[in-house]
Amino acid sequence: MEKSLLIAGFGGQGIMLIGKMLGFAASKAGMNATFYPSYGAEQRGGTANCTVIIADDEIGSPVSKKLDSLIAMNEPSFVRFVDRMKKGGVVIVNSSLVQSKVEDKDVQAFYVPANDLAQQLGSAQVANVVVLGAYIGATGVLDAAFAKQVVAEQLGKKPELLELNMKAFDAGMEAVKP
Amino acid sequence: MEKIYERPSFTSPAIGMGFCPGCSHSTAHKLMAQALDKYGLRDKAVLIYPVGCGGLGKDWVRLNNIVALHGRAAAVGTAIKKCNPENIVISYQGDGDLAAIGMAETMHAANRGENLTVIFINNTNFGMTGGQMAPTTLLGQRTTTSPDGRDIERHGAPFKMAELIAELDAPKFVGRFALHDAKNVIKAQAAIDKAIRMQVEGKGYSFVELISLCPTNWKLNPVDSAKRVEKEILKEYPLGIFKDFE
Amino acid sequence: MSKEFIKGNEAMAEAAVRGGCRFFAGYPITPQNDIPEYLSKRLFEVGGTFIQGESEIASINMVYGVAATGVRSMTSSSSPGLALKSEGISFIAGSRIPAVIINVARGGPALGTIQGAQQDYFASAKAIAPGGFRCFVVSPSTVQEAADLVYEAFEIADKYRTPVYVLTDGVIGNMMEIVELPPMRDPEEMLSSDAWRITKYNDDSSARQFSTYRPTGEMLTVDNIAMAELYEEWQEKEQRWEAFMMEDAEVVLTAYGSAGRIAKSAVKELRAQGIKAGLIRPITLFPFPNKAYENINYDKIDKIFVVEMSIPPQFVYDVELATKSQLDYININTSGGVIVETESIVDKVKESM
Repeated sequence: MEKSLLIAGFGGQGIMLIGKMLGFAASKAGMNATFYPSYGAEQRGGTANCTVIIADDEIGSPVSKKLDSLIAMNEPSFVRFVDRMKKGGVVIVNSSLVQSKVEDKDVQAFYVPANDLAQQLGSAQVANVVVLGAYIGATGVLDAAFAKQVVAEQLGKKPELLELNMKAFDAGMEAVKP
Repeated sequence: MEKIYERPSFTSPAIGMGFCPGCSHSTAHKLMAQALDKYGLRDKAVLIYPVGCGGLGKDWVRLNNIVALHGRAAAVGTAIKKCNPENIVISYQGDGDLAAIGMAETMHAANRGENLTVIFINNTNFGMTGGQMAPTTLLGQRTTTSPDGRDIERHGAPFKMAELIAELDAPKFVGRFALHDAKNVIKAQAAIDKAIRMQVEGKGYSFVELISLCPTNWKLNPVDSAKRVEKEILKEYPLGIFKDFE
Repeated sequence: MSKEFIKGNEAMAEAAVRGGCRFFAGYPITPQNDIPEYLSKRLFEVGGTFIQGESEIASINMVYGVAATGVRSMTSSSSPGLALKSEGISFIAGSRIPAVIINVARGGPALGTIQGAQQDYFASAKAIAPGGFRCFVVSPSTVQEAADLVYEAFEIADKYRTPVYVLTDGVIGNMMEIVELPPMRDPEEMLSSDAWRITKYNDDSSARQFSTYRPTGEMLTVDNIAMAELYEEWQEKEQRWEAFMMEDAEVVLTAYGSAGRIAKSAVKELRAQGIKAGLIRPITLFPFPNKAYENINYDKIDKIFVVEMSIPPQFVYDVELATKSQLDYININTSGGVIVETESIVDKVKESM
């Protein structure tokens, strides 16, 4: 098994953070993982993306031309990367900010209003955790309960923060349930 | 209707400057471009760009420009000016470029009294590489390579470049200005105008230090960054003209 | 030993500390900034010293000075910064001083890009600076290997009193991967022999001199011969490589560093498609692992696919020397910071069969 995921959005949406968390959780689960950030000159307000690859075996390239999954946090990211999906791939669309729809019938699309769900939980900051929960819910790449625990603990040990992140993760999982 | 304000003639509205929101490089670029326009120097100007954030402006100005090796702008500018005295040469440099790796070239060009204009952006850190300690970093300031704050025992005191250069015999105009509010921007414009005019008149070396905002690496919003200039930075770096030959 | 999910640059920095590094000097340049940033805190925790030099040149000269006193020392930079350090490295090599140099390479020439590339092959493995000296050059393919090689680099540097040059790139430096970090070395065991380093002056016999100037050609020749013998010794004893699925390989690929790991994926993909592919992945670039290529079955194999993230290609010339120009050399290249794709390697191999 080898699964590639590209996470893309605006700088400041916590893209890199959930990418690292996912890689970390995979490594805790005893799998191999790589996280590779796109990086450029230090300018605020631009777009950001990272690739996470999770596998049983040794991982070659830390980036992938064809994607098993995509998390598109904003419209430009969706437009830029949606054509790189493999057949049967999974796209998590942050429908709070992305108006476009997936046209490819061979790709599974999940529309998750991540910003709205995060807002309902009381913090727009956790929209990234919502989509991470959605991704794990939709793909089952990691055991959900395990991933949720690891991710929430990594993101903050304060009880109220832990609870908020757990709820955000659950909201994402819930949003992709059939 | 009379046009009273417009974009500098040779800048490209289509290409963004590439600077972060609130960054003073944008302001400094505008002032430099307006000064060149004021004296009608578009065809004569040669900008020497540094390695660092400053260099991001190079596509915005539709002017002759050359990106120097890191720190070597004053040397590149010296040679261009010597062999092409009709050109107006501006060496535009940040604090890592001018005061760290380029200290030797900076001081020697100043000491030779080259007929150049040096514009020095002092934002107290290495911006492009992500906010490392610069020679201008304030004591106590935390950066990614001075995580416990700049310490005089470990790192030495901040370099006051304008004062250092004013100590030399050859420079003709040396001053420090700031870009954090309108009043100071007007003063900075006057200084840049003067420095460029003096070069046109063959009067010699000028050095304009500009205290600048770096909200991204200071981890402050632009308003708080401007407050930081007023509250902290100007205490260490007093504004003023340190040398004026005219 | 616990495993960590850690960035390549930080893994190398931590491995250096555990390998005994107690002095680091460097200057900001992307994509290696995490190394000095990490060490600016970490080295003080172990009683070491970190200096952000005023330039690349100052930084390598700080290393030259400190290393001459026997303190395990390191600098890191990225391609254009290495150009500035080159003269300092020649002094370290010429004076036979151990030190470790990391190049987290980017696209070139000059400023180029800040993304990882393999365009510094000649400038690392062949000619770092004028004078014909070499460094011991290693190039990791994974974050684990990067940590392990940096850790061991200090031992190799001390053993041969040579600069060890770790050639990696922005891909390995910036990716996070699972790593088992090596154990902390005991500081007592780290200090190099008193026989050569600058220590306290006791009498004339304990005074040391480090100077690379020689008044006569004959005197310099003596040093140069010693250097040549050292390099021969490395060729004999220190060649390292990974041979992956080479036993029954009918199609041979070769690549090093970050391209090496991608070529390895391509080999697996080719095997999955029924093509018996294999990979030779050099780990030491100097000494170049000629022995790895001697095992190729030249009766059956008439071409080799050389994957390299450099245009024009560079590494291929060493492959051609190692294989004594007996094969067709099919270059698969990207450049300027573009990462070579597994698919394009697979396609090119199938196309050329």
